[in-house]
Amino acid sequence: MHNAPADRRAQPLLIQNARLLDPASGLDAPGAILLRGGLIEAVGAVTAPEGAAVLDAEGACLAPGLVDMRASTGEPGHEHRETIASLALAASAGGITTVCALPNTTPVLDDPAVLQFVLRRGEATGRIDLLPYGAATKHCEGREIAEYGLLKEAGAIAFSDGTKAIGNARTMRLALSYAKAFGSFVVQHPEEPALAQGGAATEGELATRLGLPGIPRAAEAMLVRRDIALARLTGGHVHFAHVSTAEALAEIRAAKAEGLRVTCDTAPPYFDLNETAIGDYRSYAKLSPPLRPEADRQAVVAALADGTIDAIASDHQPHDADDKRLPFAQAEAGGTGLATLLGVTLARVHGGDLSLLAALALLTSRPAALLGLPSGRLAPGAPANLVLFHLERGWQVKAGALPGKAQNSPFDGRALEGKVLGTWKAGRRVFG
Amino acid sequence: MSFSYPILPGGHLLAIEGLEPPHISALLELAESYALLNRSGKTQRDLLKGRTLINLFFEDSTRTRTSFELAGKRLGADVINMSVSQSSVNKGETLIDTASTLNAMHCDLLVVRHAQSGAPALLSQKVSACVINAGDGTHEHPTQALLDALTIRRRKGRLEGLTVAICGDVLHSRVARSNIHLLSAMNARVRIVGPPTLIPAEAARMGVEVHHDMRNGLAGADVVMMLRLQKERMVGGLVPSSREFFRFYGLDAEKLAWAKPDAIVMHPGPMNRGIEIDSAIADDPERSVIGEQVEMGVAVRMAVLDVLARELRRNA
Repeated sequence: MHNAPADRRAQPLLIQNARLLDPASGLDAPGAILLRGGLIEAVGAVTAPEGAAVLDAEGACLAPGLVDMRASTGEPGHEHRETIASLALAASAGGITTVCALPNTTPVLDDPAVLQFVLRRGEATGRIDLLPYGAATKHCEGREIAEYGLLKEAGAIAFSDGTKAIGNARTMRLALSYAKAFGSFVVQHPEEPALAQGGAATEGELATRLGLPGIPRAAEAMLVRRDIALARLTGGHVHFAHVSTAEALAEIRAAKAEGLRVTCDTAPPYFDLNETAIGDYRSYAKLSPPLRPEADRQAVVAALADGTIDAIASDHQPHDADDKRLPFAQAEAGGTGLATLLGVTLARVHGGDLSLLAALALLTSRPAALLGLPSGRLAPGAPANLVLFHLERGWQVKAGALPGKAQNSPFDGRALEGKVLGTWKAGRRVFG
Repeated sequence: MSFSYPILPGGHLLAIEGLEPPHISALLELAESYALLNRSGKTQRDLLKGRTLINLFFEDSTRTRTSFELAGKRLGADVINMSVSQSSVNKGETLIDTASTLNAMHCDLLVVRHAQSGAPALLSQKVSACVINAGDGTHEHPTQALLDALTIRRRKGRLEGLTVAICGDVLHSRVARSNIHLLSAMNARVRIVGPPTLIPAEAARMGVEVHHDMRNGLAGADVVMMLRLQKERMVGGLVPSSREFFRFYGLDAEKLAWAKPDAIVMHPGPMNRGIEIDSAIADDPERSVIGEQVEMGVAVRMAVLDVLARELRRNA
C-alpha cells in the first residue's frame, strides 16, 4: 500500500493449475489467477489473455502473501544483526509480503522522520510492504504517550512499545484512550514488568533445576487482565502480542465474549515448542515471553482452533552470535521467524489441529482485516501479493543456512513439511 | 581402583543431576581412599604429572580455589590460578574469548566458577579440556555436594535413609541444588527449610519436603545443613532484616534441639555468624563438622581430578 505503484506496463501473468486458497472467501479449489498492474485482475476459471506470461503451478497451493503483524528489524541502529534489506529477503523466502515492524529500533520510532526512514527503506526493497508501528510512548519508556496523530500521518500502522510492556496503568489508559481519536489501537507486550524483571525462563521446576531466574506465568495474565479493564474503561482497542499462557487466553476469550475491543496474536514458538527446548541452556530458545510448559502450548493450539487468537505473527527478533553465545541469563531473548512462519504453522495443519484455510486465515486475511489492509485475500482489485507453496514437501531448518542475515532460529534442526516455491509482491516475483 | 565404565559421562563434571548412584558411590569410594592418603601424609605426585590444571574463577572464592589447587598439586599437576575480574566479564564475550585462549594453552583440566548458571556448560562446548564446575550461578556446585556426602557418610556410615534438612536461602543456593540431587539419588530423605521467599518455585518436584518452620523442618533430622544467607539478597527485600532471619531461621542451640540428639551440623562456608548460624553451634566440636567438610573437599577434588585424568588417558 505504501509502495510505489507497480509498473502498469508490466506483462500480465497467469498462474494456472493452482490450488487456490482464499481464507477470506473460503475458496479452496483448483483454478488460475491473473495478475496485472500490480493487482489481482481475476480469480478462478481464467484463461490467458493476449500477451500474458503463463506459469503452471503444477497443483501447488496459491494463497495470499502472508501478513506478519510483528517483527523486529535491526535497522536503524543494529544493522550488524539485520538490515531491512536482509529482513525483506528472509520474508520473501518465507512467503511474507507484509511485515509490521516494531518501533524498538535505535533511535526508536517515536518521531515521524525516523518512521518515514523505515518506510522508505522498506519500499526500496521492492519485496514487502514494511509497515512500522509508531512508539506508544516517547522513547518507548512507558511514561508519556507519543505523537499518535503525527505518527499516523507519517504512516504508522498502529502503536506499541514493541518488546517492552507499558507497565504504568495510567499511561496505558491514556494510550488506549488517545489512540481512539485516530482510529488506531495499542499493541501490548503482556508481561507485568516488575514480576518479569531479571527473569530468563518460565518460573517452575525446569528453571529451578537449571538455576535460572524465573518469570511467573501469571505475569502475562496479570497485565492482560489489567488492560482488559482499561479497554472497558476507555472503549479503546488493545491488542495483546505473542500470547503464550492458558490463563491469559482465558481472559481474552472472556473479554471477546463480553464484546470488548480486544484482539491478540501468538507466534509459532508458543504453539510448536515448550520450555524443554531450553534444556542444556540453549540460548537460541531463549525468547520473550519465555517458552512455557506443555499445558500452555496446548492451550495456545486450542485458542488458535477456537478463534480466540486473531493472528499468527513471526515475532522475528534478529540477533547475532555474540548476542546468543553467552551464559543463558545474559543472552539476548528472541528468535528469527520469517522463513519458518508458514512451515511451523502448517505443522498444526498436518497435526490435525487446524484446517488449512483456518491456518492461512491466521496468516493472511485476519491480520489484514485487523490492520485495515487491502491485502491478505485473493480477490479482483486486491494487491497481487501471493505465495505459492507445496503443502507436503519437506525441509529442515538449519541455523546458518537460513535466508537473510539473522540465524538465531529457535527451530534449528526442526523438520518441516510445507515449502515456499514462489512469492509475488505487487505482481513481481520476489522469491523462487 | 579401576572402573569398567566412564564414571563422569562426557568427560566433564558439570552437575550432579544426571549422575547415576553407582557413579556417585564410585567417586565417594575413591575420595575416601584419598582422605586416608591425605591423613597419612603421603602424596601421589605422578598421577597428574605433566597435566595442566587451570583454576578459572570469575567469582571470588578462597576455599574452593585453594582446595582445587591443593588437590591438583597433591596429584602432581601444574596448577595455574586465573582470576578474572568482575568488571571485565560483564561483557560475556570474554567467556568465549577465554575458551580460545585456554585451548591455545593446551590446558587439560579446567576448574570454573562463574556467576552465571550454565557458564561451565557453555565453556565445555568450546574448550578441549575436561571442565569441572566449581559453582555456577544458582545452578550447581557438584564437588561441594560430593564432599558433603563424604562427610556425612564418614560420620553416619551411610546416606540411605538419613533425614537431611537443608536450611536457609535455598533459592539462590547452588550448593542446595547439588545436594538435593545427590542425596535424593542416594535415597536420603531431603527437606528444605526456609521462608517461602527463599524457596525456589516447584522445589517439591525435585523430590524434597518443603518446610517453612524450623521446628517441623528439623524434627528428627540426622543432618542439619545450613546455607549462607547472601546478604546482598536482602536488598531485593526477600527477607526484611538479618535479625528477623536469625530469630526464625538461624541455627541456635534451641532450634538444634529439635533435631536428633546426634545430628551433625554442616555449612559450606563462608559463614555469617549470627545470621544463619550461632557461633556456639558453629564452633561446637560435638556437633559441627564444618572443619571436616573442608578436609573432605580436598579428597573429593582429588578423586574427581583422578577420574577425569583417566578419561584423558582413555581418549589419548
